[in-house]
Amino acid sequence: MEKVEKKRLSLRMILRNRWQLYLLLAPFLVLFILMTVLPVLSSIVLSFFNFDMVSFPRFAGLGNYLRMFLQDKIFPTVLANTLVLAILTGPASFLLSFVLAWLINEFRPAMRTLLSFMFYAPALVGNALYIWQVAFSTDSYGYVNSLLLSLGVITEPIAWLSSTSYIVPIVVMVQLWQGMGVNFLANISGLQNVDTELYEAGAIDGVRNRWQELWYITLPGMQSMLLFSAVMSIASAFSISSIITTLAGYPTVGYAADTIVSYLSDVGTVKYEMGYASALSVVLFLLMILTRLLIGRLLNKVGR
Amino acid sequence: MTILRKRFFQPRQDLAKTQARRFTRSRFGNVMFFVFLFAAGAFSVLPLVYSIVTSLKPLDELLIFPPRLFVVQRPTLKNYLALPDVVSSLNVPLLRYLFNSLFVSVTATALHVIVAAMAAFVLSKSDLKYKNVIFILVQFSLLFNTYTLGVPQYLIYTGLHVIDTYLVYLLPFIPSTLGVFLMKQYMDGYVPGALIEAAHIDGAGWLTIFWRVIFPIVRPCVLTLTLFSFRDTWATIPSGTIFSESLKTLPTVMSTITAGGIARTGTAMAASVIMMMPPILVYLISQGSLRETMGNAGIKG
Repeated sequence: MEKVEKKRLSLRMILRNRWQLYLLLAPFLVLFILMTVLPVLSSIVLSFFNFDMVSFPRFAGLGNYLRMFLQDKIFPTVLANTLVLAILTGPASFLLSFVLAWLINEFRPAMRTLLSFMFYAPALVGNALYIWQVAFSTDSYGYVNSLLLSLGVITEPIAWLSSTSYIVPIVVMVQLWQGMGVNFLANISGLQNVDTELYEAGAIDGVRNRWQELWYITLPGMQSMLLFSAVMSIASAFSISSIITTLAGYPTVGYAADTIVSYLSDVGTVKYEMGYASALSVVLFLLMILTRLLIGRLLNKVGR
Repeated sequence: MTILRKRFFQPRQDLAKTQARRFTRSRFGNVMFFVFLFAAGAFSVLPLVYSIVTSLKPLDELLIFPPRLFVVQRPTLKNYLALPDVVSSLNVPLLRYLFNSLFVSVTATALHVIVAAMAAFVLSKSDLKYKNVIFILVQFSLLFNTYTLGVPQYLIYTGLHVIDTYLVYLLPFIPSTLGVFLMKQYMDGYVPGALIEAAHIDGAGWLTIFWRVIFPIVRPCVLTLTLFSFRDTWATIPSGTIFSESLKTLPTVMSTITAGGIARTGTAMAASVIMMMPPILVYLISQGSLRETMGNAGIKG
């Protein structure tokens, strides 16, 4: 009886204070629409126009998209590069950031602090990319060349960053090394919040080993953080570009490592074709949404 | 050695006391993992060490062959002492840039964290009709490449008459979707709905619940987000929206020092070492108090 009364009271409270919800949401929503939703929409609209940033945009229909898929000789290459880099770095970065967080979380606090700091360091160092440029520098002053020369592994310095066969592995390595920070810390905070009682209950219910514990308790317990880290991994894996242009410039030799993003920045900044750049960006967007939906299905299977 | 081992290599001692057994690594496994992770971590921390070592090198050591990565024979503070000379040629005092940087980063971070937490609370715990639509927009907007957004955003700044004011620093950061997404996932995962129901029964409105109940609970997430946000705002250089020298921030000054050529390599490194100190400080503070909050985590519904 009393329960029903309480329920009714609670419902009345929820309904009476409705305006407070809008008040809580409003600051974000207004600024979000202004700074993100409107620009995204106008970028999508712009993809159906020709726009050189000087004269007024001219309507082009599907022109930009037809050009991309039928005429553009570079687009197939950068599309393939984008997919290859995304497949090589996305899943690896997602798994690595989880496994590292999982392993580190089991240490005592002092060790945990030390190791987390070490793995988060690349994200804290502003000019971090610079060291790789120096390391893989083409002449024998480059650290990698000088090391390999002195060890006698190679006799001639290698032009790492202008070689079609080395540039992709180097970009993958640098991206994995640099891109983990956010997911790593999100996973750590997720792991530390999995209810300890669940582990105890699991042990009683017949969890036999660490792997079962990981699969049936830890992973489902932090599913929401895994989704976050999956989306962030997709976002960064499909958008690798500053690493490539910092290390090897644009375009790389034979477009060996250029992605849709590095290509569209060139189209926009150097060639002033904002309409075409927007169309490229819309296609990339659709590609990422598709991936996100697929990953969502996979993540739902965790712990089942 | 035994003491050391006890302190560092015995995980989850507290849990071992409870009846049910937690599956922990063997001591040997623990040491192996530590060695392995430490090696991987050392690789990861290289650029930090490199920057510090390089900033302590005198000019002739910077140019020796074969290059020496992590060795400095005659460490010197010259590079740091040269900094005041380099920045004295600026027409605005360095303190002004420092003030701008701190003001922008602290304000943007504080506003962002609160705004994001409020929105995430509504998206995660209310029964608002269109909250799922908004959340999908938030997630998808993280996937849209920011490059083509520059032009429309510039037009919006012009329309709002905020070009060349502090607001162009703050406006894009406050509604940053990463923060809302992170907070929402955290609340979904670790804040039980029953807690809010109970507060409603006690007569609390949404505002009270948010401020009194939710915000203290999500403190670990707030700390992590503060770190992300501070790091990003601290390093940001606005493109084409700030013209007054008196409104510019430290990263702009740093890029002029770095552009000084090979003779300034050491000075540039010294400058960048100083630049990375505040984010590192925020990291240490936030992660330090994170550990405190974790102690009383595990809120039951």
